[in-house]
Amino acid sequence: MSIVSVQNISKSYWRDSLEIPVLSNISFEVPEGEFVGLMGPSGSGKTTLLNLIAGIDRPTKGSIIVANTDVTKLGESQLAKWRSSNVGFVFQFYNLLPVLTAFENVELPLLLTKLSKKERKEHVEFVLKVVGLADRIHHYPKQLSGGQEQRVAIARAIVTDPTILIADEPTGDLDKTSALEILNLLQTLNSEFKKTIIMVTHDPRAAERAHIIKQLDKGELT
Amino acid sequence: MHILKLIIKNMLRHKLRTFLTVLGISIAISAFGLIRTVVTAWNAGVEATAADRLITRHSVSFIFPLPLSYRDKIAKVEGIESITYANWFSGVYIDKKQFFARLAVDAETFFDVYSELLITPEQLAAFKKERNSCIIGDQLVERYNLKIGDVMPIEGDIYPGRWEFVVRGIYKPRDKATDPSNMLVHWNYIDERMKKEMPGREGYVGWYISKIKNPNDAAVISEKIDQFFQNSSAETKTETERAFSQGFMASVSAIFTSMNIMSFVIIGIILLVLGNTMIMSARERIREYSVLRTLGFSNFHLVSLIGGESLLIAALGGATGIAFAFPMVSGFEAALPKGWFPIFYIEPITLILASSAAVLVGVLAAMFPIQRTLTTKIVDGLRQIG
Repeated sequence: MSIVSVQNISKSYWRDSLEIPVLSNISFEVPEGEFVGLMGPSGSGKTTLLNLIAGIDRPTKGSIIVANTDVTKLGESQLAKWRSSNVGFVFQFYNLLPVLTAFENVELPLLLTKLSKKERKEHVEFVLKVVGLADRIHHYPKQLSGGQEQRVAIARAIVTDPTILIADEPTGDLDKTSALEILNLLQTLNSEFKKTIIMVTHDPRAAERAHIIKQLDKGELT
Repeated sequence: MHILKLIIKNMLRHKLRTFLTVLGISIAISAFGLIRTVVTAWNAGVEATAADRLITRHSVSFIFPLPLSYRDKIAKVEGIESITYANWFSGVYIDKKQFFARLAVDAETFFDVYSELLITPEQLAAFKKERNSCIIGDQLVERYNLKIGDVMPIEGDIYPGRWEFVVRGIYKPRDKATDPSNMLVHWNYIDERMKKEMPGREGYVGWYISKIKNPNDAAVISEKIDQFFQNSSAETKTETERAFSQGFMASVSAIFTSMNIMSFVIIGIILLVLGNTMIMSARERIREYSVLRTLGFSNFHLVSLIGGESLLIAALGGATGIAFAFPMVSGFEAALPKGWFPIFYIEPITLILASSAAVLVGVLAAMFPIQRTLTTKIVDGLRQIG
C-alpha cells in the first residue's frame, strides 16, 4: 500500500515572463515503511520534488496524495496543520533555533499539539534517547557538534510521530563519521520504527541505505 | 516551553540592541510625558474655567480698567446670578523669582462666584472683617511655611508702596485643576489707599466676573452686557471664562502648539527606532520563521512571535519611560522658579496617552516585518542566509 502517491507533477518557476520548468510530469509511488532515495545532479529538481511532497511548495500541475490526503488541494492554514502531524523534515543545515536548547528545539512541534507539559517532556526525552542525546538535552546548538545538531534535528522531525520523514541532504554538511552515524540512525528509524523516509542525497553511500532509488535528471525521472 | 518563552528568548538574542531600543523608547516616552505635562500645566487655567462664568473686560485690552459703576448695570442683565470683580495686584513677595497670582478682589462676593476655592466660613468671615487681610492657597502655606496671623509684606509695583497683609484664611482647591497658589487681598483696601495717595486711580476694577444661570445663554448675555456700554468711554468685551483664558495665553500659544507637535514627533521617532529593530530581527530570522512554518506553525503563530516581541519591547520601554517621567517632571518643576506652574503634575490622561503610544508603536513596528515574513515563501525563506 502506497503512503505517497505523486501523480503527473510538473513545476515551473517564472523569472519575469520566462517560464523555467523544474519538474515535468513526474509520477511515482512510495509504499508505507519504505526508505526512498532521490538522486540526481544539481538542478535536477530533487529538492523541489521533496518540498512538494512535504507541502511547503505547490506544483504547477498534478497532485500529491499523502496518506489519502491530496496536499495540493489544501489551503495554507490546512497545509500548516497537516504538516505539523504528517511531515517530519530534516534539513541539510539542521536549522535548529539557536536560542533554544536541544530539549526546547525538539519540543517545538509538540507545542502545536494538545499534549500536556508532562507528556511533552516524556516524548522529547524519549526521542532524544532514541537519537542518542539523552545527556545533551540542555545544550544549545552552538554547544553541539554538527552530527549532534543533526541528530537533534532528526529528533525534532520524529517527535510528533509523522506519517513521512523527509530528509534533504541530511549528511551533506557532515564529516564522514558523523554522516555514518546519521545514516545509521535513519536506517534504524526505518527498520525498527517503520518510518517512511524520502531522502534527497548526492552521496552514493547514503543512497545505499535506501531500498528504492529514484533518479532525477533535468526534471524528469529516469 | 510556551510561545512567550520563545518571544523572550528572541528578544534577548541581541541584548545590547534590545537594551538600546528599550532605552530609546523609555527616553522618548519620558520626554513625551514631560512635554505633555508642561502643555497641560500651561493649559490648566483654561481647563479650570467654569462654563457658567463670563468675564467682562475693557474692549481695547485687558490692561485698561473698567469703572466700578459698571457692576450694578451688569448685575441687572437677565440671566446673571451673581457678580464680582478683581484686579491684578501683582507686587514682589520676597524677591522677583516668587511666582504666584496676587489679586485684589471684592471680599463680599468673590467666593460666591468661585466656589472651587474651599474655605471655612470662620476664616472667610475673619477675612471680610479685616481690610488689610488676605486669603492664600494651601500651596503657598507649604511653600513659604506660613500660618494664620502671619504677615506677608509685598513691595507694590502696579500699586506702588509697601503693603502688609495678614493671613486670615487658607483655601483649599476643590480639584487638581484649581490653582492652589493664589493670594487674594481686599480691593477696597487698595482702592482706599489709591484715593489718598494717587487720586484718579480709585474706583476702577480690572474685570468683572458674572456667574450666569444657564451656560447656554452665555452668548446672548455677553452681547447684552457689551451693548450697555457701547459708545461709552470704556467699552467692554464679554466672553466666557474659557475664551478669556485662551485669549490671555494666545501670545505664547505658538510655543505650546510646537511643543504639542513635538510630543507626537517623538512618538514617530520611537516608531522608527523600534521599527528598525524589528525589521532587522525579522530579516535575520526569516530562515527560522520558514523552519517554524515547515514544522506546522501557522501565520497566527508567526504574527504572535513577531508582534509579541515588538509589543514586549515597546511595553518595557513604555513602562520604564513612564517610571522615569515622574522624577523627571519633579526635577523639572524644582528647576523652575517657584510657582511658575502652580499646577504641575502628570495627569492620568498623559499616562494613558503615553501607554497607548507605546502599545501603538509596538503594533505598528511589527506590521512591516510581519507582512514581509508572511509573504515570503517557505522555500525562499529556507534558502536565505541569516
